[in-house]
Amino acid sequence: MKPDEATLTENGALSRRDFLKIGGTGLVVFFWVGPLDAFQQPPQPYAEAPPSTPTDFNAFLQIRPDGRVTCMVGRVELGQGLQTAAAQLVAEELDFPYDSIDMVMGDTDVCPWDVGTFGSQSMRVMGAILRAATAEARAVLLQMAAEKFNAPVERLQVSDGVITDPAQGKRITYGELVQGKRIERHLTKVPLKPVSAFKAMGKSPQRKDALDKVTGKAKFAGDITVPGMVYARILRPPAHGAKLKSVDTSAAEKMAGAQVVRDGDFIAVICGRPDLADRALALIKAEFDRPQTGLDDKSIFDHILKNAQPPKVMAESGTLADADKLANPLEQTYFHSYGAHAPIETQSALAMIEGGKATVWAATQIPFLMRDRVAQALGYSKQNVRVIVPYVGGGFGGKNNAQNAIEAARLAKMIGKPVQLVWRRDEDFFYARFRPAAVVKIRSGMNEGKIVSWDYTVYAAGDWGAITFYDIPNQRTTTVPITQTAWRNQDNGAGLHPFYVGPWRMPGAITNTFARESHMDILASNAGIDPVEFRLRHLTDKRMRRVLEAATKQFGWKPARAPSGQGVGVACGTFYKTYVATAVQAAVDKRTGKVRVERVVTAVDAGVIVDPEGTRQQVDGCITMGVGYSLSEEVLFSNGEVFARNFDSYEIPRFSTEPKTEVVLVDNPELAPDGIAEPPIITVGAAIANAIYDATGARLYQLPMTPARVMRALKQS
Amino acid sequence: MERAISFTLNGKPARVTVDDERTLLWVLRADLGLTGAKFGCGTALCGACTVIVGKEAVRSCTVPVKDIAGKHVLTIEGLSKNGQIHPLQAAFVKQSALQCGYCTPGMIMQAYALLLKNRRPTRADIVRHMDNNLCRCGDYNRIVEAIQEAAGATKARAS
Repeated sequence: MKPDEATLTENGALSRRDFLKIGGTGLVVFFWVGPLDAFQQPPQPYAEAPPSTPTDFNAFLQIRPDGRVTCMVGRVELGQGLQTAAAQLVAEELDFPYDSIDMVMGDTDVCPWDVGTFGSQSMRVMGAILRAATAEARAVLLQMAAEKFNAPVERLQVSDGVITDPAQGKRITYGELVQGKRIERHLTKVPLKPVSAFKAMGKSPQRKDALDKVTGKAKFAGDITVPGMVYARILRPPAHGAKLKSVDTSAAEKMAGAQVVRDGDFIAVICGRPDLADRALALIKAEFDRPQTGLDDKSIFDHILKNAQPPKVMAESGTLADADKLANPLEQTYFHSYGAHAPIETQSALAMIEGGKATVWAATQIPFLMRDRVAQALGYSKQNVRVIVPYVGGGFGGKNNAQNAIEAARLAKMIGKPVQLVWRRDEDFFYARFRPAAVVKIRSGMNEGKIVSWDYTVYAAGDWGAITFYDIPNQRTTTVPITQTAWRNQDNGAGLHPFYVGPWRMPGAITNTFARESHMDILASNAGIDPVEFRLRHLTDKRMRRVLEAATKQFGWKPARAPSGQGVGVACGTFYKTYVATAVQAAVDKRTGKVRVERVVTAVDAGVIVDPEGTRQQVDGCITMGVGYSLSEEVLFSNGEVFARNFDSYEIPRFSTEPKTEVVLVDNPELAPDGIAEPPIITVGAAIANAIYDATGARLYQLPMTPARVMRALKQS
Repeated sequence: MERAISFTLNGKPARVTVDDERTLLWVLRADLGLTGAKFGCGTALCGACTVIVGKEAVRSCTVPVKDIAGKHVLTIEGLSKNGQIHPLQAAFVKQSALQCGYCTPGMIMQAYALLLKNRRPTRADIVRHMDNNLCRCGDYNRIVEAIQEAAGATKARAS
């Protein structure tokens, strides 16, 4: 396992452990435990943070003489609103105005080390560290003021960065107190504010990035310029596994202003203008040997089942064999096609090498790990590489690597000039580490309206969300070994896939939730029970019951056995400590197979809410992207050639496909804030599948539910 | 063919001497340093590169620079007036109609062209006009609301 996927290795079986030690890398990942966890009582949060995380609050905060505070974090702003939420955290714990906090993010020379921005854990993991650091800084500032005023610290008051001693009528600002110096004093066991005292958190301030983004001032990696910069284009194979047979670069070399550079099969053109680099690249004549694997988007599922290593049991309880004798088993297989992240910003980077030091501006979710990888690629020490991540134009897991940044750095070293490399759309699709195609098999048994056995096997999707939270006495969950859970390893899963695959917004859990929640509806319908009632009969988990009840209440759910003709569906899901339930209204055009999702209601319980508007926005985004993976997004391919090349061959949601969305925030102030940018996406697919069944009696077993698949299902129903 | 092309850019005269088949997007970004218009697809499928030429929203990634000779080009950088952001920009901020922000300049320019023609667009008008501008973060509903709010504000300001 590679270190950058370290914090993604949590699964249901391991999540209750305090620590998860990753073999060989020395990286320790902490998961907060218990209901009253670190967010409430953080005696020594640093001790449990990854070991490379600084333990000095000065690494996170700078009290500036101009009366402002700079907060530095190694994570990046992908659009998820972390810049805003982190500033809210600091404002709260420091008693400082939100508007006077400047965020600096994702710069490896300036910001404290961080593992990366993924897995919806910024609030859970980084937020806890930042809050503790800020609380300590505030306590130190109070102590400094107490000494200056010759007053007991208990007598002092602090508000908006001004400390006052009412008894003496004295006041001092943080900036005056610190005078631009580094604070050398440290304290331990500083208590955090209780949730009930929150002033800055729980509100929705204006996004920190909003003004820059509406005026065009916001800089993305491809917007950065340095003097003498040139633009590159790289020769690409037509298919994965294709080998360069012959190449003729003479015409490109003759083009005025173009330069061809080559290191083995790595061939690039360099130009003073990006569109002229495109023109030069088109002049290169290359022939490739193309692989004949016989694998395509249809045969891939048989290939996965045949080539998967023997699955291993993740979790087991009761006795499946006995239950099987009693119950009439129902066996069903579910399929999920490959999916692409397709952020509107393609992979983009600018690399500059000066005096033996490389600076790379890159659109990546993992600045520190990219620094290490760039250093390795160039043969530099880590100290001589700086990665700066400006605003990132969407990630969704697709920027958990940045091949592009390494390519730009190699080229900059080869030609001795700063190189900008912004991938074309087809390159971004070709090298996207797709969400893996996957298969789930479920064998279940019922007795008197209750599920008595549940035998669940998942191939290739990964194990997140695989273990059921429904009360089923006899159950087993099985998954292929970690070497083939390729989204974690970001490789081809020991040959299981024809290209590299990787994490895609809430990896594994979309596939697993689709399979489980579709199967629940089939069983409910077979038993003649309303699908919500059927789920509640199998749920003792109070938080899951609460989100399901909240979503269906808001939706105005009318209990009925499916198919009722209403076109409604529900699904439940959980990731770590976030709970989600979704209810959907959909209409199916029986002549074309086109599905129109009209309304989606999602209820979420993600602990205490830091930014209600930001949270709603994340849920809305999950619903929108959820409609995409459910109905249209599919990577078609054959023999290593990827047919998804642009937004006409890979259809993402648009204005006209957007449903009416409603978000119910189930606030849970006893719990630390948990991830919100991914979990609400997992329930959308099954809820739509169940709504299609409810509308038509046609059951879909594969994502995406394209018009062609819907038509086939309609014929079979 | 390399030649001098003159046009009006954000209200000021501009002149570039370039290969006239080059695209407006890359001339704006790489030659004129205006990086507000973004590269997204290169084939007029996503709208991230949208700017206004005359009174129309165009996909600058497919417009050859020779086509804009003598014309008025407006980019996101030219939308603020006298230090005041445009009502559309203000509405996008107020409605939080953005996440990663990469599609935002194109969205705002596309909406700007709509409001030039239709001062009181219905929701359906907005969806039809905006449908080829893609937002991967999924802020479509917020963007529609922001455009409706700006339409009201533009109307109020004009009257």
